[in-house]
Amino acid sequence: MKDNVIIDLKNISVSYGDNKVLDNLNLYIRDKEFITFLGPSGCGKTTTLRVIAGFIDPDDGEVIFDGKKINDIPPHKRNVNTIFQRYALFPHLNVYENVAFGLRIKKMPEKQIKETVEEMLALVNLKGFNKRNINSLSGGQQQRVAIARALAVHPRVLLLDEPLGALDLKLRKDMQVELKNIQQRLGITFVYVTHDQEEALSMSDTIVVMDGGLIQQIGTPTDIYNEPKNAFVADFIGESNILDGVMLEDCLVEFSGHRFECLDKGFMKNESVDVVVRPEDVDVVKPEEGMLKGVVSSVTFKGVHYEIIVDIGGFKWMIQTTDYQPEGANIGLFIEPDAIHIMKKSKYSGLYGDYSSFSDEFDELSIVEEEEE
Amino acid sequence: MRRRSDLGAKLISAPYVVWDILFIVAPLIFVVYYSFTTKSGDFTFDNITQLSRFIPTFIRSIWFGIEATLICLVIAFPTAYIISQRTDRIQRTMVLLVMLPMWTSFLIRTYSWMLILDNNGIINSVLTSLNQAPVRLLGSNAVVLGMVYNFLPYMILPIYSVMAKLDYSMVEAAQDLGGNRATVIKRCIIPMSMPGVVSGITMVFVPSVSTFYISQKLGGGIDLIGDVIERQFQLTQNYNLGASISLVLMVLILVSMAVMNKFSDEGEMVL
Repeated sequence: MKDNVIIDLKNISVSYGDNKVLDNLNLYIRDKEFITFLGPSGCGKTTTLRVIAGFIDPDDGEVIFDGKKINDIPPHKRNVNTIFQRYALFPHLNVYENVAFGLRIKKMPEKQIKETVEEMLALVNLKGFNKRNINSLSGGQQQRVAIARALAVHPRVLLLDEPLGALDLKLRKDMQVELKNIQQRLGITFVYVTHDQEEALSMSDTIVVMDGGLIQQIGTPTDIYNEPKNAFVADFIGESNILDGVMLEDCLVEFSGHRFECLDKGFMKNESVDVVVRPEDVDVVKPEEGMLKGVVSSVTFKGVHYEIIVDIGGFKWMIQTTDYQPEGANIGLFIEPDAIHIMKKSKYSGLYGDYSSFSDEFDELSIVEEEEE
Repeated sequence: MRRRSDLGAKLISAPYVVWDILFIVAPLIFVVYYSFTTKSGDFTFDNITQLSRFIPTFIRSIWFGIEATLICLVIAFPTAYIISQRTDRIQRTMVLLVMLPMWTSFLIRTYSWMLILDNNGIINSVLTSLNQAPVRLLGSNAVVLGMVYNFLPYMILPIYSVMAKLDYSMVEAAQDLGGNRATVIKRCIIPMSMPGVVSGITMVFVPSVSTFYISQKLGGGIDLIGDVIERQFQLTQNYNLGASISLVLMVLILVSMAVMNKFSDEGEMVL
């Protein structure tokens, strides 16, 4: 299981005053994998990254790199490099000199520096930008310079701290693909920090979901999405209807006043559980054919599908369907056994409620604010 | 709407424009006019040509100015760096301490130094009471000391304000790319503090070169160009000669600043 591990974090704790930012964190990172720390702000993901980079000395625990403890090794002697949130390019140097910065510190011969810089600028599609001033570049271009600068010194591990956060949506999507390509081409380990679940799902080999200084779940993107461990993960990754349920026996669960067949086992008899049903896994049928019946309370056209909110006995479900359902329509819902995922109760149970307060307006408002900035 | 705000902008800026014309442009024109005229108002080059006898004084003034500026820079840069590394509260206190002497009049501060360094001053009274021979402390070193003491805050503050605003993640980036402490300071902090250094140099060099009070009180007979100018106006009432010296001094300062700016630009590239 623990083959070719490059970074091993053991019992890491970090606090600022009374505030425990990381609480006994254990995590290993395999060589050449693309691993993502995902969580809301303040969950400890950036702190974990900075512990690896060496900017934060953990109060407790060991940082192991390539089999050696590196707690006492300062950042400039670690074979890891960081892409900073705001890029942190040197404004007094041009593009070429920024990329050459680490190479000059290594006292590499000028000819080799030139070769490496040219190679790196080609890698990030910035050929011919050598003499350009940093401040004359767009956000996306600055991002590329930052990547070239960090990769020029050939790190074993590249740490990326929300690198795409400042870019607009279209550029962000392009850069996601490009970063993934670069990682695969160079065959180095990427440790990526983001709060954007979609970014995490589409790029990562492994996702580490964090909240409150604790790891909530580690797994592949499909595992995380399909088998969330608790209500926090289910709510944070994608949309989900989270309901209170009772596990009657193996493969039989009761929620919303109906008994459903499911695939989950290993719970106690009549154990109360959290049930997750993803909006895209529900089939809309005629009321008399449905396992559950409800009234459509709102409809939003999303392009690929309609997003409808259905009131079922007072609980508002979100359902994604390609068939239009008018507001006020009586519909039935059909849920296949494999669409139901059962989770043990956790401290997050009951926190997320239903979709009664859900509104697209919030999203739209926040987009307008970003544009005004 | 736009037109109205244009008019508003003009109205708001009007007092400043009037002020600038009245107290900056007009005096400059007077200086140039007096420099090239006789007492009776005829055009002449005499005022300029007879300046050759002040060449040693010019050189001494500029040399003292350079000395004082360099000493200020050497003291101020580390000081500003140290201040900028502290917590906000300590930073505020330290900046306050740097500015504290400026709350006392410049004249009183210089005069106090004279009381300390004078032949019959505090240091020498202590020496004589201990049966030691008195030392002559006034002179060129005392003048440079006076300049450094008076103008040091003008070097510290601009450098500090640039350093305080430096994005710390750039320092981290430099460390991240393999830079140890010395490299980070040399390749990152110094070049990025250059704007503050340049304005600090200007703010120390210019008043140092043209000062007259410091040299009068602490020079023990040393004449700087500021003293010469002052004498032309106060003593001999030769406004024309005084104006021409001022004009040449101004040109010399501008040239020095241009040279220094070029030097610092190149320095940035070398670093």
